Amino acid sequence: MTHSIVPAKVYAGVWAVLIALTFTTVAVSKLELGEYNFIAAMTIAVIKGTLVVTFFMNLKQSSSMIRLFVAAGLFWLAIMFVFVLSDYFSRGWQPLGQWW
Amino acid sequence: MSLSTPRKRADKEDPLAESDVTLEALHPPELRHHFDTPEQQLESSLLGMWIFLLTEVMFFGGMFGGYTVYRNLYPDAFASTSQFMNVTLGGINTAVLICSSLTMAMAVHSAQLGKNKALILFLVLTLILGCVFLDIKFVEYHEKWVDHHIPGPNFQYADARYFHQAQILFFLYFAMTGLHALHMIVGAGLITTLIVMAARRRFSAQWYTPVEMIGLYWHFVDIIWIFLFPLLYLIGHTK
Repeated sequence: MTHSIVPAKVYAGVWAVLIALTFTTVAVSKLELGEYNFIAAMTIAVIKGTLVVTFFMNLKQSSSMIRLFVAAGLFWLAIMFVFVLSDYFSRGWQPLGQWW
Repeated sequence: MSLSTPRKRADKEDPLAESDVTLEALHPPELRHHFDTPEQQLESSLLGMWIFLLTEVMFFGGMFGGYTVYRNLYPDAFASTSQFMNVTLGGINTAVLICSSLTMAMAVHSAQLGKNKALILFLVLTLILGCVFLDIKFVEYHEKWVDHHIPGPNFQYADARYFHQAQILFFLYFAMTGLHALHMIVGAGLITTLIVMAARRRFSAQWYTPVEMIGLYWHFVDIIWIFLFPLLYLIGHTK
């Protein structure tokens, strides 16, 4: 085995945080925050995703090779988003300013 | 650790014969011949699985990109659809998936400790939770069917201004949640296979690679839903 066994307590703790964040995201969506509603929802989603990747998928104990690949994958995703959105936004097809 | 390095084969005796090292220890049965060590073998499987999951990220990323573009084009129409989404069922489903991720993580944990009974128990729990998710998803799809919210000739929308634009959101809703549900169905099949393998005692504390790989896949599907839920259900809740 390459990695030491993660204690079950850690998994239970992560689970509790994830459930709590799910309630938080629903509660926050009912508040009137304008464009910050979207920012809050996405921030919570990113935190939840990071928790799952770090602990459940055990990236924390993975080799630097795997971490490099994950970083590269996310970087490619960022390239796709930046290029697609900059293309759409720069053609004047859609209103700039508010997009959430 | 390789067995295939007989540098001085000219020696008469077997080099292993007098040592305490057994053949088993040098070359465990679960180790394939083209790997040097079990660690290296697991590492290659993990890397391959992660690369597959990253291609999946790009696959779903294209749909998230399309969603972003159209939401930017029609922000009010997209926000108006939230009132027709069942946030209670969506929220319950989010919790169900998070619980199934926990049971999957515990399945891998049990496999690492060589606890076969616990492994089977946690895999069955994961499978049940996955089926509960799909069942709730089915109820939601049925609601959409009853409300005429399925894009196509029978589509109806309360706000006439947004008839066409809301249809785009519902198209994205069915494409994204449908693809996600498809991944869940594939995952349920894979977990069933794991249960059968575990029942036949194929896994040990030394070798449980399939459990770990399918675990990664299951958590990935969970992450996709973590992003789908706020984007599709919660966007215009206050409006």
